[in-house]
Amino acid sequence: MEKTNKMTKGYVAGIIANLVFVEVDGPVQQNEICYIDLEGTKLMAEVIKINGTQAYVQVFESTRGLKVNHTVEFTGHMLEVTLGPGILSKNYDGLQNDLDKMDGVFLKRGEHTNPLEDDKKWEFKPLAKAGDVLEAGGWLGEVKENWMPHKIMVPFKFEGKYTVKSVVEAGEYTILDNIAVVTDEKGKDIDLTMTQKWPVKLAIKAYKEKPRPFKMLETGVRVIDTLNPIAEGGTGFIPGPFGTGKTVLQHALAKQAEADLIIVAACGERANEVVEIFAEFPELDDPRTGRKLMERTTIIANTSNMPVAAREASVYTAMTLGEYYRAMGLKVLLLADSTSRWAQALREMSNRMEELPGQDAFPMDLPAIISNFYSRAGFTYLNNDATGSITFIGTVSPAGGNLKEPVTESTKKAARCFYALSQDRADSKRYPAIDPLDSYSKYAEYPELEEYFRANIDPEWPEKIQLARDILIRSREVAEQINILGDDGVPVEYHDRFWKGEIIDFVILQQDAFDKIDCSASLERQKYMLNWVLDIYHTKFSYESFEDVGSYFKKMINIMRQMNYAIFESDDFKGGEKELNSLIEERKTA
Amino acid sequence: METKAFQKIYTKLTQVTKATCSLKATGIGYEEMAIVHGRLAQVVKIIGDNVTLQIFSGTEGIPTNAEVVFLGRPPVLKVGEELSGRFFDAYGDPIDGRPAIEGEERQIGGPSVNPVRRKQPSEFIPTGIAGIDLNNALVTGQKIPFFADPDQPYNQVMANVALRAEADKIILGGMGLTNDDYLYYKNVFENAGALDRIISFVNTTENPPVERILVPDMALTAAEYFAVDKHQKVLVLLTDMTLYADALSIVSNRMDQIPSKDSMPGSLYSDLAKIYEKAVQFPDGGSITIIAVTTLSGGDITHAIPDNTGYITEGQLFLRKDTDIGKVIVDPFRSLSRLKQLVIGEKTRSDHPQVMNAAIRLYADAANAKTKQENGFDLTDYDERSLKFAKEYSNKLLAIDVNIEVDQMLDTTWGLFNEHFEPAEVGIKKEFVDQYWPKED
Ligand SMILES: Nc1ncnc2c1ncn2[C@@H]1O[C@H](COP(=O)(O)OP(=O)(O)OP(=O)(O)O)[C@@H](O)[C@H]1O
Ligand SMILES: [Mg+2]
Repeated sequence: MEKTNKMTKGYVAGIIANLVFVEVDGPVQQNEICYIDLEGTKLMAEVIKINGTQAYVQVFESTRGLKVNHTVEFTGHMLEVTLGPGILSKNYDGLQNDLDKMDGVFLKRGEHTNPLEDDKKWEFKPLAKAGDVLEAGGWLGEVKENWMPHKIMVPFKFEGKYTVKSVVEAGEYTILDNIAVVTDEKGKDIDLTMTQKWPVKLAIKAYKEKPRPFKMLETGVRVIDTLNPIAEGGTGFIPGPFGTGKTVLQHALAKQAEADLIIVAACGERANEVVEIFAEFPELDDPRTGRKLMERTTIIANTSNMPVAAREASVYTAMTLGEYYRAMGLKVLLLADSTSRWAQALREMSNRMEELPGQDAFPMDLPAIISNFYSRAGFTYLNNDATGSITFIGTVSPAGGNLKEPVTESTKKAARCFYALSQDRADSKRYPAIDPLDSYSKYAEYPELEEYFRANIDPEWPEKIQLARDILIRSREVAEQINILGDDGVPVEYHDRFWKGEIIDFVILQQDAFDKIDCSASLERQKYMLNWVLDIYHTKFSYESFEDVGSYFKKMINIMRQMNYAIFESDDFKGGEKELNSLIEERKTA
Repeated sequence: METKAFQKIYTKLTQVTKATCSLKATGIGYEEMAIVHGRLAQVVKIIGDNVTLQIFSGTEGIPTNAEVVFLGRPPVLKVGEELSGRFFDAYGDPIDGRPAIEGEERQIGGPSVNPVRRKQPSEFIPTGIAGIDLNNALVTGQKIPFFADPDQPYNQVMANVALRAEADKIILGGMGLTNDDYLYYKNVFENAGALDRIISFVNTTENPPVERILVPDMALTAAEYFAVDKHQKVLVLLTDMTLYADALSIVSNRMDQIPSKDSMPGSLYSDLAKIYEKAVQFPDGGSITIIAVTTLSGGDITHAIPDNTGYITEGQLFLRKDTDIGKVIVDPFRSLSRLKQLVIGEKTRSDHPQVMNAAIRLYADAANAKTKQENGFDLTDYDERSLKFAKEYSNKLLAIDVNIEVDQMLDTTWGLFNEHFEPAEVGIKKEFVDQYWPKED
């Protein structure tokens, strides 16, 4: 990553949309960043192929008006992000430009803004002292960023061991002030500030170990936590046809999940959805800390109308910021909506370069690119034995809603949780439309997590979950039979069996993301309600005819939904429970 | 069309294909406009001194010694207040027999709005059509298409919506519009006395298809002028976006690009998103709302055009003929306005969201009952009641000829609940039932 002495220059030799051919006069590296000078406007571009003295670069901005012979300057480094305090609560584009610092209503090409504030003072507190030996990612000190302890670290690019020579004393410093001097193994002193850079396409590996995830990450979404739990440091993805609720679900996770901080990559999706976050998150409280949600959230907005090539960069930028905070010992939740748009950006470029296409004209190496990206998430033990994690959940937008397409299939191999949104459920407004039976969490089968459930939720939890699944499966099976044979062509027990599944569907699976109370359920509450529906399952009722069954269960469902809308254990909640008890007494036989 | 005296004239084409021609030229900017043999063209590829131009009206009859003049600029539109009430072709040249307008030249297909400069859409657009206002409320700054079969009356519904929407400007972008439909719009707007609020960019079936590619950008450049410079509420109607996408595929296929699904260009998603994402609400009151039409073939929404559209727009409206009542309705199952929750229950009565959901759920029960009935099974009492409910609901609310206020839509629905169901079957929060369930007296 050392810079070459003399910067390579070049000139434009050809243009096809945002693919530009550049004749170069010196060495260039794959993925190197260069700037094309369009009559004073500097267009940022990345080298994606090199052939003799020609570099193929993808330009991150519109190439309108670009001419052959315009000059190009290479920078000697890959696409990098700037790391340091001040990232939280920012709205960046895919290349980490601070969108709030840009002038005017419209984005101007060639405008690059500082991702951090050079003159802001931070309250610094040293953590290391002279004589300490640290590696890349070692903690030198700490500042409070919003309310988060933000660690100042030995730069990730440093290799080997460094001895701390001095750290400044507690006080106010800017990110450009020197805060420490470290000595490398050859005895050379190096001044350090609070900021560093890192190339986004490379994973930050400043940790000791990446164990299998063993803890659950609570999300407040019942169909996830109860039936398909995700682990802290785990990976998951949400495929679904358009309009089935991918974004609503991701926003719910961003609001409720018990993470220290949230990074949202809006990758090639709607600008209004990002604006929704801008508008709501500064107002909403984080239930765990009482702080505003925006204080723990960073947004990477590269919406569908923003430059296509920067879409790909945006997910890497988001992941790199996540890795930075993970190295501070924090619990990061990274969300990307939609990874299909990133894959499409790769496809557009690969087609322009006339590469041999794979399935559906996507590049051949798409599966490798996706799995490589997902592998950057994870739970880690840092070198100082603290823990930090990145839990990553991406959405996938399958063409035609058909899951047999390259992006879904490649992602299925890479991610451990599969939250399939079903068109049928969405059509019948059974939100969130996660299909309870097609979806899975591989973590639920990990012995580490099973143990965790028994110890932290309920000693019988895994069995109860299995039972709930079985009930749903049986309910679905009898529903088909009732459809074929008719309501009165089957025994009354079939109706009972069908509705015992429906009650799980309506009370546990379905959840109103737009209701202040129902939107998020604590684990305790989830356990409480699951016990209720399982109790009902175990209860025998008497019916005169099959017609009784549906209307009786609808009454129960109605009461329990009201309970879901009430504050847990409030008077309304308990009132509902009383009503439910007496309703059950009406028909209970055993 | 302008040419300037000092401009160099080229007269030697090196290649002519169905959609493009190439020549040797230097100092040419990417996406620059040119005139080839009197036809407008745009630079799509430059390799060294080899420049390839796409000719919008096609290359039929272009000779190798055709005159080529580069205009030194990308496609532009002259904007100003005088746009109001005017009709233009895809190039922004008048087709209403009146002189070209004087105004500021703006590049079309310009940059995107910085997302942090947007405001969350929050202004309800009442249309009087309950299938829209009650179940799929529209909001300024939204983008939403009608997914309709070609024989459905989408142009009529769109014209109604446009006139009732209380927009400061209505901009019609017609692509592959039949001459009859074009005249229909013109008449409706004229009869409503709204012509001074309307601006039209029209490519009819009589014009070359590839020209259509310019229409959305023309319409939206005009829209941005009024929304940004004049802080106006602008409604843009784009019909038919399927024909726009077809034109894109013609171009990309003729340029030998690798097609992706349904022989559409791999960039279809980005191409459509660039258009639809021009919909925006600004903090100072200006807004652009886009209502489009995407015609389906055989109702297939998995085709690449409606599919990519669905992933971009904020919902979609489906029209369907309800044979039970013999009217066209807004299909409550497949239609969806994604932004409705920003206004319903906030800008409308607080029972709106729950009433809407409950009615649709009951309508779904009726659909199940109907299937049962068709399969020859006996119906329960509940089935019978839901079927009766569905018919009235369809007739009094979903039909496109409905034109009432939102409160009236809600009251009508409560009335139907009361007529056919018990409160427990409807499953609405108790506080609303207490307040709105019609009292027997
Ligand atoms: N949990 C939920 N509760 C209530 N309504 C929901 C829920 N999830 C989704 N919806 C409804 O579905 C609509 C579409 O959801 P969403 O925008 O999340 O879909 P999407 O899968 O992200 O679609 P696209 O692929 O087009 O982006 C929402 O606007 C909302 O009306
Ligand atoms: Mg979405």
